[in-house]
Amino acid sequence: MENKGITTLNDIKTEIIETDLLIIGGGNAGCFAAYEAKTQNPALKVTIMEKAQISRSGATAAGMDAINTYIREDRGETPESLVRWGRAQLGGGPIREDLVLSNAELLNESVEMLEEWGLPIVRDDEGYYKLRGRWDISIQGEQLKPIMAEKAMEAGAQVYNRVAATNLLMAGDRCVGAFGLGVRDGKLYVFQAKATIVATGGACGIYRSPVTDYTGSHHQTWMCPFNVGSGYAIGIRAGAEMTSLEQRWVAIRTKDFCGPVDTLAVGYGCLMINGRGEKIMADRYAHLGGEKAPRFLRLNAPMTEWLEGRAPTYVDTTRLSSEESKELREDLLNERPSFVLFLASNGIDITKEPVEIFGSDPYIVGGHTGSGYWVDIKRMSTIPGLFAAGEAAGGSPNKFVGGCATEGRIAARGALEYLMGVSLPAPPADQIDREKERVFAPLLRGGAFDGVTAVEMEERLQRLMDEYAGGVSQFYRMNEERLEHALKQVKVLQDQTRYLFASDLHDLLNVHEVIDRLSVAEVLLHHLIYRKETRWEGWQTRMDYPEVNPDLDCFIESRRDPLSGEVKVFTRSYEQLVAGDRTKG
Amino acid sequence: MPPKVDREKCDGCKAENEPLCEQICPGDLFTLGEDKKARCRMPRDCWDCMSCVKICPKGALETRVPYQIGYHQAKLIPLMGTNSITWTLIDLNGKVERFHYINRGSLD
Repeated sequence: MENKGITTLNDIKTEIIETDLLIIGGGNAGCFAAYEAKTQNPALKVTIMEKAQISRSGATAAGMDAINTYIREDRGETPESLVRWGRAQLGGGPIREDLVLSNAELLNESVEMLEEWGLPIVRDDEGYYKLRGRWDISIQGEQLKPIMAEKAMEAGAQVYNRVAATNLLMAGDRCVGAFGLGVRDGKLYVFQAKATIVATGGACGIYRSPVTDYTGSHHQTWMCPFNVGSGYAIGIRAGAEMTSLEQRWVAIRTKDFCGPVDTLAVGYGCLMINGRGEKIMADRYAHLGGEKAPRFLRLNAPMTEWLEGRAPTYVDTTRLSSEESKELREDLLNERPSFVLFLASNGIDITKEPVEIFGSDPYIVGGHTGSGYWVDIKRMSTIPGLFAAGEAAGGSPNKFVGGCATEGRIAARGALEYLMGVSLPAPPADQIDREKERVFAPLLRGGAFDGVTAVEMEERLQRLMDEYAGGVSQFYRMNEERLEHALKQVKVLQDQTRYLFASDLHDLLNVHEVIDRLSVAEVLLHHLIYRKETRWEGWQTRMDYPEVNPDLDCFIESRRDPLSGEVKVFTRSYEQLVAGDRTKG
Repeated sequence: MPPKVDREKCDGCKAENEPLCEQICPGDLFTLGEDKKARCRMPRDCWDCMSCVKICPKGALETRVPYQIGYHQAKLIPLMGTNSITWTLIDLNGKVERFHYINRGSLD
């Protein structure tokens, strides 16, 4: 067993690292944050705490086949038109238009940086980036992650691979760094930082995946299953304000094997059809935008076909030529290669038969919806010294690759400004001791300990959330009593975390992942309970409140008191900065 | 899900402290078994991103679709070039297709 000979707390080494800027998570936003910080001020010490290996970690590990937002100014698009589209995609919002605008202004530059760094971006005949939708551009992005990682390292950021963030390091109400679990060396890392940026992925695995039961493979998920919400959890536990967690992202995916649908539907014009061969969006949802309807409706529409007896549901690929089929599968190889293998394993020729589609499990992902830390325009959270970017930062949905990269840069600028006037306190011995005990206790319970494994608790949580908090088995529907039941059970699970045990360091990582998922699930349930309306059918469907309630045209916020553990839920108002009908994009 | 290790081809990356698949896996799923061959400790947890397959210098790793949802024995084999990637796809009937394209630098 890989536990580095650890049998008591005294065996655990503490590694203290001082840095100017700490970036938690070396993904899309994190790499750009590091590059920006080192470019602006090469003398600064910039440190990345990375749970995996930075070359292939997180959501873009396999690659990407598109950058979903780029502003084609030659076509009359502007930062303002991106805001209008973004809020219409959310059914009129609420979104943080200030954040979206500031992001949009730097967006193209970030995308162009990627091309300069070596990312192949496809161009059209006129030399512009080739559009595959209104905003999406095609890339050959198999190497996207290695390219970003190289640039962060070349710029001089120091990367600590295989160190998973466990909690923030606090000096009173101020964040002065973070703790990390050394997954390979069994050390407790204490990063003392003048400023910290949370740039982790979002939360996958709060809910059960629809494919789990019948494949024996637990991670047939859209989002990277190793993104478990730790970035949110460390903030929640320290009392940071969270926004819009109830705005869950659920994707329409290929059925039985969670493959991309947008590549087929948006990129190649393969429309969604039902079992009778009827076009789902054009025939039934023309009044809501048809094929251009908001994403939550593009999820809810095919799932409604199942409920109303018109399933199965497909994307109709049969209109494709064999050349297009090959080109399309080449795109898929850049993002979800095993889906191409899945098709071949079933002898499916997509030009002869359509591809089945179904909804995914729900995710909390602030790079896609508005969930995450409430931040100011410089991306500082409500905890001084703690910034957020990418999936971690809330309020500005539809960031995707380009927007998360840009937000990393914006957060780095904000953090640099902040840290100039800041000095580091001495390492707080009592906080370090407490965290060491909390993190490593599950590894030290002894061979005779009769307890609970991380997998057992994870599966119990995922089934609970699926059935009681609007998972895919319930077609995303929920009601007050079910949510209250789920909250009660999450409290029991939180109490039972004291029975979790780990036999090696990988197990210990899994234990903390389930603890972090519970932190997110608890607050998520409070958000879902508070929004007594149905604003984004499919993403947030309340059977007991099926209509939009105009009084809830606002952000739902939460803050967990770090001392009492009590979660307070409140609202913030929506400020419209770009004029026009909010539902029209 | 799970990546299948060819125990004949795998040499545990003898020159490395950790085999490359262990170094690269985003899910921390690879380790060295007692036989000094790569071992996926939690096959259920693989996301099939194929990072391990791409980096393996011996071509000893293969991503498999679980039989419950994909028939035996289709294959997808990536070959990494300097600025390109070549995929060989073999479907369940043995039909071979090849995909080759630039993955770094200019497309001109």
